[in-house]
Amino acid sequence: MKTNLKKIREKVIESVLMLSSVTTSITVILIVFFLFIEGAGVFSRKPIDDGFLLAVAPSNSVQKLSPAQVKDVYDQKIKNWKEVGGADLPIVLFRTSDISDYYTDEELGENFENFPQKINELITKTPGIIAFFSETYKAKQFVGKELDIDKITISKFLSGEEWFPTAQPIAQMGVKPLIYGTLWVSFGAILIALPIGLAAAIYLSEIAKKKTRNLLKPLIELLAGIPSVVYGFFGLVIIVPLIQSTFNLPVGETALAGSVVLAIMALPTIITISEDAMRNTPRAMKEASLALGASQWQTIYKVVVPYSASGITAGAILGIGRAIGETMAVLMVTGNAAVIPHSFLAPVRTIPATIAAELGEAPNGGLHYEALFALGCILFIITFGINMLVEMVTNRKSHKKH
Amino acid sequence: MHKIVSQNVNFYYGEFQALHDISLSVKENTVTALIGPSGCGKSTYLRLLNRMNDLIDNTHMSGTITIDGNDIYDKHTNVDDLRKNVGMVFQKPNPFPKTIFENVAYGLRVNGITDKKIIEERVITSIEQVALWEEVKDKLHKSAFELSGGQQQRLCIARALAIQPSVLLMDEPTSALDPISTSKVEELIYELKKQYTIVIVTHNMQQAGRISDNTAFFYMGELIEYDKTKTIFTKPTKKQTEDYITGRFG
Repeated sequence: MKTNLKKIREKVIESVLMLSSVTTSITVILIVFFLFIEGAGVFSRKPIDDGFLLAVAPSNSVQKLSPAQVKDVYDQKIKNWKEVGGADLPIVLFRTSDISDYYTDEELGENFENFPQKINELITKTPGIIAFFSETYKAKQFVGKELDIDKITISKFLSGEEWFPTAQPIAQMGVKPLIYGTLWVSFGAILIALPIGLAAAIYLSEIAKKKTRNLLKPLIELLAGIPSVVYGFFGLVIIVPLIQSTFNLPVGETALAGSVVLAIMALPTIITISEDAMRNTPRAMKEASLALGASQWQTIYKVVVPYSASGITAGAILGIGRAIGETMAVLMVTGNAAVIPHSFLAPVRTIPATIAAELGEAPNGGLHYEALFALGCILFIITFGINMLVEMVTNRKSHKKH
Repeated sequence: MHKIVSQNVNFYYGEFQALHDISLSVKENTVTALIGPSGCGKSTYLRLLNRMNDLIDNTHMSGTITIDGNDIYDKHTNVDDLRKNVGMVFQKPNPFPKTIFENVAYGLRVNGITDKKIIEERVITSIEQVALWEEVKDKLHKSAFELSGGQQQRLCIARALAIQPSVLLMDEPTSALDPISTSKVEELIYELKKQYTIVIVTHNMQQAGRISDNTAFFYMGELIEYDKTKTIFTKPTKKQTEDYITGRFG
């Protein structure tokens, strides 16, 4: 009887444990699945708002325009049809609201019931027109020619250089500036954090007295516990003005500011992991080196650093991983201009900052919303790749030891 | 002529006194065995001779130790130079995760020798000295970890010899080896005596008897008896020495 009870209790505990791990795994898989389903949606859509259309006069020989061309047309950078392969004819822009320039309210009718007909009229008499309006105003016998708009493709999404997801009439979905921004800021961060982190790790593990170490190590680990918004605040108040005055810039919110803040945030990871790796260097190795007349410094760079190289690499990569995914602090200090950066002193916008800043204003299920999920996918793939890299590096380490 | 002279050496780990008033002199080109039960201070004493104990926090010593008449604890003594002159072989073979060649070349490189010819020459000579040449000559550029434990230990001895020390400290060099490797290392020690002054810590009474000229018996941090090995093993003057040697404790 007693043993039965014990068995049952063990079974219950076992199943609770199993349930927890299964739930966790399923949750993770579901999140990734959801991310990719939502993100993939953007690639089956046209970069124009649902229910809207772009039309030109039937006589116009232009069949289709790329999103970038449409934007230039509406920004009046392109003013003549011949610039996009049509006849030599000035472009006349038309948005729904422009209708009042051509017709009075009476002519349009009380509930705009004459709207479709008037648009037909307008398109017929203006050969250079390009019209953007809702499909509800499209007449049954529509005289205009609807412009063909390409679906968003993965390659265009990745190579596009402009990110204006809410642009009218056509959204500009190019993530290149965001990817570049993310990589610049992270790369800069690692460039700053790696030498400092390595130096600190060497000091802590090899040079510092036990007392100093016991004081410094928890302090550095404490850095990891500070909320990222506090780092952002610190960056905004201290680093941004400092960069602005040092380099004499109009604004201090730059890639460099992001890199500095991220470097500070990545330091605890890099220091803790590489210090642990260095302290794992067998004492026998260090003693062997010292006993051969090597100085402490020679021992550090000829024995300790090579021995812990994979640990140091893992620390650095994890540090980058944290930098790439970091949102809040970066959002606060980088200026968030979605342009391809040409210098560390230019404002940039990163992928996570974009998602955080724009998701709130993107209508659920819309094109913008799905584009942000696609951004999330890109971020996931990058960080997943980094984690795989860490796995590989640390595996190599355990391989070497046997 | 005494090579190593220690006078009234006391050594402390924090509050704990590990060595009490050790005075001991070692003659040139002899093998001196330090014996005694675990924790008796023999390894601690050995590690004082190349200042290896400096690496341990919160320790201090008093008394003097001189090698060739120079006080090695003098504040003007260069520790790196001292360790170049006083080689050490550890209890467990501890080759670097490098090639066989680089293991032996390491000491030369850290001491500023860059001439490839000299390095190669010295590496080969040292490996020959430890009678390892025939076994490794075809795999000099393979990892030292591919060698057996006994070969690794002889490689570590070669590594210590490459920088041409005059004193060789050995901290239980055969305790991790099988009997055949042990006898090879013992033969080697016997050979090396001609050129080096050797101080060896050992747990193995027979080993001390076989290879050493003089034996020092340590107990509870004190030097109980120090004499010719033959005398210690046949007619020890102290009761504790006799008890230890005859295996009554330890």
